[in-house]
Amino acid sequence: MNDMRFMERAVDTDEIKFSARGVQVYYGDTHAIKDVDVDIQSKTVTAFIGPSGCGKSTFLRCLNRMNDTIDICRVEGDIRLDGEDIYNQKVDPVQLRAKVGMVFQKPNPFPKSIFDNIAYGPRIHGLAASKAELDDIVEKSLRRGAIWDEVKDRLQAPGTGLSGGQQQRLCIARAIATEPEVLLMDEPCSALDPIATAQVEELIDELRTQYSVVIVTHSMQQAARVSQKTAFFHLGNLVEFGETGHIFTNPVDHRTESYITGRIG
Amino acid sequence: MSDATRHSAPRTSLYTLSPLTKRRNATEKRFKVYGLIAISIGILALLVLLTSIFSNGRSAFMQTYVTLDVLLPAEKLDKNGNRDIEEMKAVSTFGYAPLITNALISRLDEIGFATDLKKKEIGAIVSKEAAAQLRNFVLANPDSLDTTVTFEFLAGGRIDGYMKGRVDHESAALDNKVSPEQLDIVDALIETGSLEKRFNWAFLTAPDASGQRPEAAGLGVAFLGSLYMMVVVLFLALPVGVAASIYLEEFSKQSRLTDIIEVNISNLAAVPSIVYGILGLAIFINFAGLPQSAPIVGGLVLTLMTLPTIIISTRASLKSVPPSIRDAALGVGASKMQTVFHHVLPLAAPGILTGTIIGLAQALGETAPLLLIGMVAFVREYPAGPPEGFFDPASALPVQVYNWTQRADPAFVERASGAIIVLLIFLILMNAVAVLLRRRFERRW
Repeated sequence: MNDMRFMERAVDTDEIKFSARGVQVYYGDTHAIKDVDVDIQSKTVTAFIGPSGCGKSTFLRCLNRMNDTIDICRVEGDIRLDGEDIYNQKVDPVQLRAKVGMVFQKPNPFPKSIFDNIAYGPRIHGLAASKAELDDIVEKSLRRGAIWDEVKDRLQAPGTGLSGGQQQRLCIARAIATEPEVLLMDEPCSALDPIATAQVEELIDELRTQYSVVIVTHSMQQAARVSQKTAFFHLGNLVEFGETGHIFTNPVDHRTESYITGRIG
Repeated sequence: MSDATRHSAPRTSLYTLSPLTKRRNATEKRFKVYGLIAISIGILALLVLLTSIFSNGRSAFMQTYVTLDVLLPAEKLDKNGNRDIEEMKAVSTFGYAPLITNALISRLDEIGFATDLKKKEIGAIVSKEAAAQLRNFVLANPDSLDTTVTFEFLAGGRIDGYMKGRVDHESAALDNKVSPEQLDIVDALIETGSLEKRFNWAFLTAPDASGQRPEAAGLGVAFLGSLYMMVVVLFLALPVGVAASIYLEEFSKQSRLTDIIEVNISNLAAVPSIVYGILGLAIFINFAGLPQSAPIVGGLVLTLMTLPTIIISTRASLKSVPPSIRDAALGVGASKMQTVFHHVLPLAAPGILTGTIIGLAQALGETAPLLLIGMVAFVREYPAGPPEGFFDPASALPVQVYNWTQRADPAFVERASGAIIVLLIFLILMNAVAVLLRRRFERRW
């Protein structure tokens, strides 16, 4: 894909979905995220880039409180979704995760049928009143996940029997079946071949029309291809955050420049 | 630089083995031989064990029976003639024994066999159990008095031994419990078809018998006792063990307390089983006042013993469920509980079931703790049906084996081996079920 394309894509909206201020994350004694401030807009793809171990995935997992499942992990600071503090005592992380879906690095379909994979979320959240409605949600999600045509004849086949790229699109379809407002993607293409990657990237671009997408990626080309905003993390610090075009053509910080030109990483 | 060193090394052929390769191959070959020797020793030991048990125990499944027509004279068995069961009970088995002896003598007259043995000695061919069998029949069917009824009586232990090759005329001459003349009678009875060996269902269903009549001893009570205990263990150990493991593995925060609990569960798994017996005696019988020899107490003790096994295997199978599945479920907004019960537990189920069945099999074969809570007692009464039966005295299969090996009569050797065969068959069946379940539910992810 032409890297110059990002110049044409403007951000559609200024509405802020997530706003993080002074976020610190500790794993035991390790200070993994240091004082990160970032605003994530709705209907925008925001990419987090940076070398391995820089904290981009950790920060992503703060946004839907997946870090709660790690005993030694401690999060400080203020993260607001639509102005509400998601680390407030009153917030149930389960409710938050229904609003903020997540796609993981490795495709992880449930060892159940394709249909059940998609239907699980809507079922536990009570989104479908009848079997017909559920069928509808499943079809719609699979269509939006760009995998409907490939699996429509074998919805009862196990999801684990699909190819890697199909599994990842199935996982994306599963994540959007619960109608989230934000979709977090943690290196969704790292286990995929270039063709599957292209399919997933195309899908991300389509999802942008309805969701706010945050994607962590190792590939700078991918960040350039799919995102409108890019954040560069280095050693737990948010070094630079701005329009993708700016970051890649006119980086302000010398570390950003070193990274995108391949000198560190 | 590296090019230079490579060229300086002498060129070697792939067809000749270097000394290093030769040594390495020799070591590998030696290791394979050691492995084969180890496996052969294991198989040999197993074969010896199984052959000795099967050759000793096989005969326990056959038993010698004498078929006799017995006349039931009313004037002896019901002196008042009013067929009142309570009055008829006054006649003890000593009143019935002569009837059987008479029947045997008249049978011998019939086939024209003359003997100068005393009446008592002729009667000894039939088991002492026979009189009780006859009395029970008459008390159950008072109308049969003054008629002739055909019975199949157990032959005496020594006669049964003669049929199985354990006793012969020479050994009978030295034995004060059987004489060569009695064996002659037996030969005559075999010829006329009154005495024969057939499959011994009573071995599986009859209760234990005293040391005097090994021919009547069976596994029935031990069977029920073991069954009741397994039910108790299954219904207590499985839910408690699985719940404890799920809590420890999925919900509890890692802390010093959970570390201590974890270490102690592993320690409990290594505690000798007899210690659990003492614990059961102190707590369930002395403190809680539960009855002795009862399957409920045995089941509780075995539950305590099985719990660590179940907890350890359940935790291991929960741990083996990949974290990506938990992430996936949490990621679509499932609660912790939903994650565990919808996704983790079904994937861990085969491992949990296997662990449980192996724990149950272990409990089924356990003897030591049961000795201490009184299940070693001589029990002839079947326990009642559940749930009262859980509180009735009963025995257990392994304890029955132990019991029979203690008895003097050589006929108990085959009984004990036979009981071991039954126990082994149950253990093999349970393990087979465990393997099948694992195969059936194993899923890849």
